[in-house]
Amino acid sequence: MPASLELEKHGGGGGGRVPPPRGGDGGGARGDDAPDFRERLNRYRLGMAIGLIGVIMVFVSLTSAFIVRQGTTTRDPNTGIETVDWLPITLPTSALVLNTLLLMASSVALEMARRSLKRQYAVAEAVGDSEAQAPAPWLAISVLLGAGFLAGQLFVWSELRRRGVYLPTNPSSSFFYLLTALHGVHLLGGMIALGYAQATAWFHRSIAQRLLVVDVTGIYWHFMALLWLYIFGLFQFVK
Amino acid sequence: MAEHIEHAAHAHAAPTGFIRKYVFSLDHKVIGIQYYFLALASVFIGMFLSLLMRIHLVWPGVSLPLIGEIKPETYLSLLTMHGTFMVFFVLTTAPQSGFGNYFLPIQIGAPDMAFPVLNMLSFWTTFLAFLVAIAAFFVEGGAPLHGWTGYPPLSAVPSAGPGEALGADLWVLSIAIFCVASLMGALNFITTVLDLRCKGMSMMRMPLTVWAWFITAILGLLAFGVLLSAGILLLLDRNLGTSFFIPGGTVVNGTLLNHKGGSPLLWQHLFWFFGHPEVYIAILPGMGVASQLLSTFSRKPIFGYKAMVYAIMAIGGLGFVVWGHHMFMSGMSPYSAFAFSLMTMAIGVPSAIKTFNWLGTIWRGRVHFDSPMLFAVGFVSLFVSGGLSGPFLAQPLLDIYLHDTFFVVAHFHLIMGVAAIFGIFAGTYYWFPKMFGRMMNEALAQAHFWLTLIGTYAIFMPMHYEGMAARPRRYSQLTEVGWLQQLTGVEKFVTYAAFITIAAQFIFVFNLFWSMFKGKKATDNPWNATTLEWTTATPPPHDNFAGVTPTVYHGPYEYSVPGAPNDFVMQTDPTPHGGHVPSEDKPLAAE
Ligand code: HEM
Ligand SMILES: [Cu+2]
Repeated sequence: MPASLELEKHGGGGGGRVPPPRGGDGGGARGDDAPDFRERLNRYRLGMAIGLIGVIMVFVSLTSAFIVRQGTTTRDPNTGIETVDWLPITLPTSALVLNTLLLMASSVALEMARRSLKRQYAVAEAVGDSEAQAPAPWLAISVLLGAGFLAGQLFVWSELRRRGVYLPTNPSSSFFYLLTALHGVHLLGGMIALGYAQATAWFHRSIAQRLLVVDVTGIYWHFMALLWLYIFGLFQFVK
Repeated sequence: MAEHIEHAAHAHAAPTGFIRKYVFSLDHKVIGIQYYFLALASVFIGMFLSLLMRIHLVWPGVSLPLIGEIKPETYLSLLTMHGTFMVFFVLTTAPQSGFGNYFLPIQIGAPDMAFPVLNMLSFWTTFLAFLVAIAAFFVEGGAPLHGWTGYPPLSAVPSAGPGEALGADLWVLSIAIFCVASLMGALNFITTVLDLRCKGMSMMRMPLTVWAWFITAILGLLAFGVLLSAGILLLLDRNLGTSFFIPGGTVVNGTLLNHKGGSPLLWQHLFWFFGHPEVYIAILPGMGVASQLLSTFSRKPIFGYKAMVYAIMAIGGLGFVVWGHHMFMSGMSPYSAFAFSLMTMAIGVPSAIKTFNWLGTIWRGRVHFDSPMLFAVGFVSLFVSGGLSGPFLAQPLLDIYLHDTFFVVAHFHLIMGVAAIFGIFAGTYYWFPKMFGRMMNEALAQAHFWLTLIGTYAIFMPMHYEGMAARPRRYSQLTEVGWLQQLTGVEKFVTYAAFITIAAQFIFVFNLFWSMFKGKKATDNPWNATTLEWTTATPPPHDNFAGVTPTVYHGPYEYSVPGAPNDFVMQTDPTPHGGHVPSEDKPLAAE
């Protein structure tokens, strides 16, 4: 469930009309104007929360595969001895810690971007779009930090390859490449959404539109940061 | 009627160009119809493949025009693609994405889905999955051999057979794309139900169809991600040398594979964790339609509305903890087999609740046997017939004998395959007037019903006996097997029945297209039903209610309310008894 919307009521901000009944609004899904902004924001947040459940299921099932595969034994037909072929993977931890910090910083920057946009939105509502001053470039900073994380992950991969650890080398490395790749793909999706939010600024689309994208992508982005901590933890503690 | 007109100007304008209107449409109604026709194309592909299988089973040497002789491995390709098209592109597509898309928003009084663009994307992604699956027929080696369940190592080793090369890659890819599409669809359905209900439409006033679509969407949200990850792991095993599913020491065609340590059972767990909920994804919407129709055509409220809602939830919930009943033969510990067995039997309880409530609904009703009702009753019949063999299969001791025999084929065709198809037919005959503005031909519909009902029983009932006679599943040639000779007569009977049943489907298709253009014009509410889709124009305008948001005052099944002038009270009727206000009554307030 989405958190309740923190945008405080500001004079006439709602367009000065009676709020529509829960959801029963005609064009909410498509319109781009301020009046039903809250409603749209809540709907998008709800959709994002539900979508994340789908993403969680992907990673939950991969975790269960991870654990099952870890304990899978192979029986030698000649000797009858059961062996486990899983070898714990040795990761370039310091590089990964650095990446983690980049991603966390990116998350924080995005939260800053969201807050400053929210303020800008409030000002624009009160005194008009043109008066609201441009926010600090938090959005760009966040995307850059995210890109830094991805570059760092690529570095980790090349480091592993340099040590001769490839995707099929061992099930542990298979899982490492797979989970980091899937996580990276998800992050890329988030970056495209943020890039879109940035682009709306250049095309002079309404601040509301941008706030909407940044707010909802923010939920996703923070979740991706947590997911990364989870994946990192899996390889540190369940190897 | 107390409806409030509200910022109608705000509603998005109807698109005008052909492409935006019919191809890349954002309108949930157009998208629903697109899904429906995708499923219709798929069901004919699936039926055609099954006919080829049936022909091969009784005349193995015959050479067909254009197709030639069916080789044993071709039989397996037919089998795989038959199951795949039927399960994914028919049973997951028509009842949920087709009818759900079209009628869920209308039945809750919403102008569209919560995320129209996402909705369009889901359809076109599903369509892409369909094209990729079709492509598997035409590549080198043809379609895969591994069945719709895709068990490794067969499915994981490209050198394991002709269809296991590129064809199998395309198959896995198609399934993976389908998963993504279904996840997007599920997200949209859930958000729509939670967020877009009109005023007065509390959860407990939602039609049971909406409940069924809602719970189905939740199942989809939780299940498709699991199949997606399994598919990704399988693609890696097939193409990039990993060993998730391929055990060490696997020898294929005399060559020792380079893989080691993988677990074929891991696939089975992941697959069936998806697979069992999937059978409920196929059947729950049909249950919703059956509930709706039994009540409407008996002119009685549904018996035990709340019990029905909780039973859907219980079936959905239990559906996630029974997947092991597909794996009794895998050498699992007898203790877990026992647990899975017990849990599976437990599903019988909510299923029986639903069945008895359906019977209670028609009991002493003024039943009108129009074609939608016939198919709804047929649905219940098939659900019971197929359901009765479930408790046998749920016992490990019996399943060890029956597993991989035609007993299983009989069971799942009745309860999942044909029952769900009957749900689709019932929905089609019921909603066609609303969707296309005309009535379907009733005489043709009745003929279609009887031929299909008798035909499917004739096909699938004998399969139980064949299964008990140890006739194996997924075998292409039985004529050479001594102890199966005695079944030749039954096999022929089943094939003839399949011919007739499939031929009867052309009556349906003819009726569908003929009625679209030539059918009798339909009124807005031809069945005197109460739910919101019958309050709006036929076919509904672009935003469903022409800028007027409905307000709901009643539950969905107020038929034959004592004291009411009509035997149905529309959900939007503000008076307690439908247009009739006894002096002591006050008009209702929306909840
Ligand atoms: C015209 C009616 C149908 C006929 C004559 C028919 C016939 C068959 C036959 C002969 C098989 C192969 C059994 C074997 O050798 O193991 C089969 C398998 C199957 N059918 Fe049907 N079928 C029909 C409709 C359906 C429907 C509506 C569904 C939807 C669920 C369906 C789903 C399946 C599945 C999932 C399999 C198993 C495929 C596998 O083993 O991978 N069929 N069918
Ligand atoms: Cu099952």
